[in-house]
Amino acid sequence: MTVELLKGNVALAEAAIRAGVEAYFGYPITPQTEVLEHMARRMPELGRVFIQAESELAAINMVYGAACTGARVMTSSSSPGISLMQEGLSYIACSEVPCVVVDVMRGGPGLGNIDPSQADYFQVTRSAGHGDYHAIVLAPASVQEAIDLTALAFDLADRYRHVVMVVADGLIGQMMEPAELPPMQPLRKERPEWALTGAVGREPNIITSLELSAPGLEEVNLRLQAKLAEIRQTEQRSTEMLTEGAKLMVVGYGTAGRIAQTAVKQACREGMRVGLFRPITLWPFPERRLSMLADSVDAFLVVEMNAGQMVEDVRLSAGGQVPVTAYGRTGGVVPVPEEIYYEIAALYERL
Amino acid sequence: MTAVEGLAEEQLVYRRPEALRDVPTHYCPGCTHGVAHRIVAEVLDELGVRERTIGISPVGCAVLAYKYFNTDGAEAAHGRAPAMATGIKRLMPDHVVFTYQGDGDLAAIGIAEIIHAAARGENFTTIFINNAIYGMTSGQMAPTTLPGQRTSSTPTGRDVELAGYPLRVAELLAGVTGGAYIARRSLHNVKEINRAKQAVRTAFQAQLAGLGFSMVELLSACPTNWEMTPPEAMQWIEEHMVPYYPLDDFKVIDEVQALMKRR
Repeated sequence: MTVELLKGNVALAEAAIRAGVEAYFGYPITPQTEVLEHMARRMPELGRVFIQAESELAAINMVYGAACTGARVMTSSSSPGISLMQEGLSYIACSEVPCVVVDVMRGGPGLGNIDPSQADYFQVTRSAGHGDYHAIVLAPASVQEAIDLTALAFDLADRYRHVVMVVADGLIGQMMEPAELPPMQPLRKERPEWALTGAVGREPNIITSLELSAPGLEEVNLRLQAKLAEIRQTEQRSTEMLTEGAKLMVVGYGTAGRIAQTAVKQACREGMRVGLFRPITLWPFPERRLSMLADSVDAFLVVEMNAGQMVEDVRLSAGGQVPVTAYGRTGGVVPVPEEIYYEIAALYERL
Repeated sequence: MTAVEGLAEEQLVYRRPEALRDVPTHYCPGCTHGVAHRIVAEVLDELGVRERTIGISPVGCAVLAYKYFNTDGAEAAHGRAPAMATGIKRLMPDHVVFTYQGDGDLAAIGIAEIIHAAARGENFTTIFINNAIYGMTSGQMAPTTLPGQRTSSTPTGRDVELAGYPLRVAELLAGVTGGAYIARRSLHNVKEINRAKQAVRTAFQAQLAGLGFSMVELLSACPTNWEMTPPEAMQWIEEHMVPYYPLDDFKVIDEVQALMKRR
């Protein structure tokens, strides 16, 4: 395949199309509207389903309905829209039907602004909707990674019959980078046996998230928890660099991780032994690898575009063995490599 | 029925529709959900579409409707059934999709979803149960509660100054281009039940012909929360609801008109 200059949002959308997404339901919201617009052009071209819904509430429920038919379906939104989708995501997760949700985070809380942010880390990892569950959350740091993780998202969603979120921020959504799209996958013809396809010669299939009996609902929850345990065991993903002999480990995901990388490299050129750990799955958090690294480093510096959210997961993984410091910018401010470098240098001096 | 020697073969005059499961329902005595379920099930049987039907249950007294209809079914979030139905029907246009919704589900929290589904001409059928009250949550005001009607959240009677006016949903949706057949009927006596079934049949036929969005609003009773006996409740529908919510066809596009004539 060819390398082309692609905008993050467009690449995400086209990657989903190549992965065989059959229906897209969405609503305009900056900074992800290009996903919707790309889908508006391409899905009808390919004879697939596209609807600009009347709201994010409607969009996620269209996703829910379509997912019940066993098709590959997705939506995309940004922070305030994801808040509106949380009810639907909870129903979807409890019902155990697969779907993919793209979240291109912006400054918040409230209406906030349209600048890039990571302020919804807690929202996507802890509270993709009410109730006892976690969505699988994948966090790309480049346009290429966004493409690769979108394809993975659909596979994981189907494998586990679960909600998979691909979370970027406005910077990744808007920037243009050279990247390669995979070839077009054919649409699947078979529908899963649990899907709502019409009760022809079989007992009706029911898809619901209601269970009025408490012991019954506990059983549902135990089943979900078992699934999550398997996901936690099997699907942790991360990447790292310069970890060999590092005294200080910088941890960042998405854009923050990428910017931190520049600062880390600079620190190494200055003779400091600093490494970078970049989670790719935010849920399941790559605790296994991170806790191994905690054995050999003296400190962690967590860089985020929020007031300190993933730092809590780093602290949990580090198990109290080493100090964990947070550095962040909020409100849509994107840190520059220099400010992260100064944080690294100041911390390193005190080690 | 098999013939018995010496006796004339009896004719089967009444049976449970195939599209209704042989289970007891949880509805109150005098509740017309049972009647509405039966009408829909009979129509699905008569049209021969049970095996390719998907029904979407609301949040409301009919939340367990998926246990009563003998079809594939899904449970929607409150008010979102038209969005779910949209997702399902768009992916499976050859299937029959219906939503079954109460007045809170459809006319309060779900009013955006139903209006836009109608506007998009989504080719599914909505059965709208209007009993002028919130049943499941024990009797609060609904968007269709009448002025002066006592409910648990309008204990001295609905005061239009404070709580506004009831919504006439059939009329509202009739004004939306994309609807093919929008009608209101009632379930308060046998004659009206028969007319209601006709309307439900027309609605599903409109769907089968691919003509757009169809809805039948059914004036219904809630004796428990109206604090009446079932006979009183039926009378109340006739004396109070019908005058405010006239029984009529509010939107019938030409192609549906033709369908009705062909019957």
